[in-house]
Amino acid sequence: MKRKPRNNGITSPQPVAGNGLVDRRALLGGGVMLAGAMTTGIGATLTSAAAEPMENGPWSLGPGVPIPPYGQPSKYEQKVVRTLSNPKLEPRGSAARTPHHMLNGTITPNGLHFVIARGGETHVDPDKHRLVIHGLVKQPMVYTVDALHRYPMVSRITFVECGGNSAPLYSKEPIQGTVQALHGLSSCAEWTGVRLSTLLEETGVDPKAKWFIAEGADLPTMNRSIPMTKALDDAMIALYQNGEAINPANGYPMRLLLPGYEGNMNVKWLRRIKLVESPTMAINETKQYTILRPDGKAWQFYFPQEVKSFITHPSPGLSLKGPGFYEIAGIAYSGNGRISRVDVSADGGKSWAQAALQDPVLSKAFTRFRMAWNWDGRPVTLQSRAVDEAGNIQPTREAFIAERGPPRGTPNVAAFTMEHCNAITSWGISTNGEVAHVYA
Amino acid sequence: MFMPKMSMRRMITRNRLAFAFALGLGVSAAGAADAPRFGQPISPADLAPWDISIAPDGVGLPPGSGTAAQGEAVYTKYACALCHGEKGAGGPSGPLVGGGPLDSKERDPQKLIGNYWPYATTIFDFTRRAMPWQQPKTLTNDEVYAVTAYILALNKIIGENDVMNAETLPKVKMPNRDGFISKYPEKH
Repeated sequence: MKRKPRNNGITSPQPVAGNGLVDRRALLGGGVMLAGAMTTGIGATLTSAAAEPMENGPWSLGPGVPIPPYGQPSKYEQKVVRTLSNPKLEPRGSAARTPHHMLNGTITPNGLHFVIARGGETHVDPDKHRLVIHGLVKQPMVYTVDALHRYPMVSRITFVECGGNSAPLYSKEPIQGTVQALHGLSSCAEWTGVRLSTLLEETGVDPKAKWFIAEGADLPTMNRSIPMTKALDDAMIALYQNGEAINPANGYPMRLLLPGYEGNMNVKWLRRIKLVESPTMAINETKQYTILRPDGKAWQFYFPQEVKSFITHPSPGLSLKGPGFYEIAGIAYSGNGRISRVDVSADGGKSWAQAALQDPVLSKAFTRFRMAWNWDGRPVTLQSRAVDEAGNIQPTREAFIAERGPPRGTPNVAAFTMEHCNAITSWGISTNGEVAHVYA
Repeated sequence: MFMPKMSMRRMITRNRLAFAFALGLGVSAAGAADAPRFGQPISPADLAPWDISIAPDGVGLPPGSGTAAQGEAVYTKYACALCHGEKGAGGPSGPLVGGGPLDSKERDPQKLIGNYWPYATTIFDFTRRAMPWQQPKTLTNDEVYAVTAYILALNKIIGENDVMNAETLPKVKMPNRDGFISKYPEKH
């Protein structure tokens, strides 16, 4: 690694864009850089804190508790939970949102994976569950869960995102909320299961089949039409989520996984696949998950979740503790492939610097980006902008609104007045370190 | 390094299927020997209780029929108004009638049955599979046809006395039938 030249032990980080974005190596440089930082501001605080004498905590002076059969997060992390839109299960859908601002890395723990469900968390008995494949096949087949476990399996890390994620960004005034409230309907996990094409080889496929209908075993037997091209590409009958059986809220004992495609199409509690010539025109592909344009026409079959990024650290609720060095971190992903770059701006988009992408950078998966930042304490506007390998660039708010039309009002934070919102998100930092959702 | 492998496997899968099609076999004879086969054949009669798919042209619609008046009785019997309001005027789960122009500049247009839904068969399909919320899949086919007729009549899309059945329902022309454009036609 190339080191910056030293100047009496004090290193000046190389600015890479306006308002204090600095070369990331400044933060990775280890002791040299920390020694430099301690001469000013935050460093002074650290020095006085470190002067207190060390003590043994009670956990160092005796045994803990028996190891539990299934480990839970620390009792000190009880605030790290999903937010629930329908905690009493009233007769309507339920949304549970991922707390991105309290997580790091790229994998969403199973208990924090986002959920949209029309009939609550559905508990399916795996011994009684069946998957049927029929319609335009040579031989209709039924599969038990045990039978599916005997097939060759594949694993892949991929995000699933609700088509309505980030809907609060489509508003006249910036809606205040955490990154969980604004972008929490998106999560990323390692999914393991049987490729749908493996099963279709067994049933045989009539060439007239252009679509398949996937249907769940939940209250609304949720149904969606999906192109056969996706079935033969990377569709999977997923049985495992992050190494363990799929969480009930995410479709136990099996769900359809369509990497990169709108969350609702990844049918949970999957029980039936019917190959057909044309779409069934289900409620979730005619009323829901269609995008009304300003001219009154609507986009239908808007399958891929397009390139998006947002900054999780800092973000609303994670205020800054005075001027000094910070790592800006966030999540980027695209339903069209790998993230090829993420740029970060601290001056509302006037100047940009390329963020570091944390390996591994996988197709249709969360990619963690990081940028070093030396905040001087003045108000700034942070933004991130992702580009995917297909060349899609995350749109500015202006460009997004030019396509979708101006928002007519400022809806409730939990409302879904627009879908497939992937415009750039802006965080405004005020002099006291508070972070707010702003338009820039 | 990861992607090319996946692409290769995809190509093999595609080629195998293409090969099967080319031979007009659906399943290749060679496949039987080298591929795992743990499915059980199932007859159409055995899977009929689950085969509830309905196409917009009416394929899959069951026997039975109903009118708006009968549908109003169904609506009352199952207390649909608790969620959808009296005469579908709206409640916690939103209205079943109304809906303004879709190109409104003043307010967010509501995507409702009368102003937005392109196919009447979708009303039957969703009602049969998902309603009432507390006891879905319990309505008779006559009840589903009837409540579908009631909703269509409330929206003045059909007349008060029109009978909805497997023949008439797919012929109902919804006002926004031509309001949709496929976003990515190359993907299907």
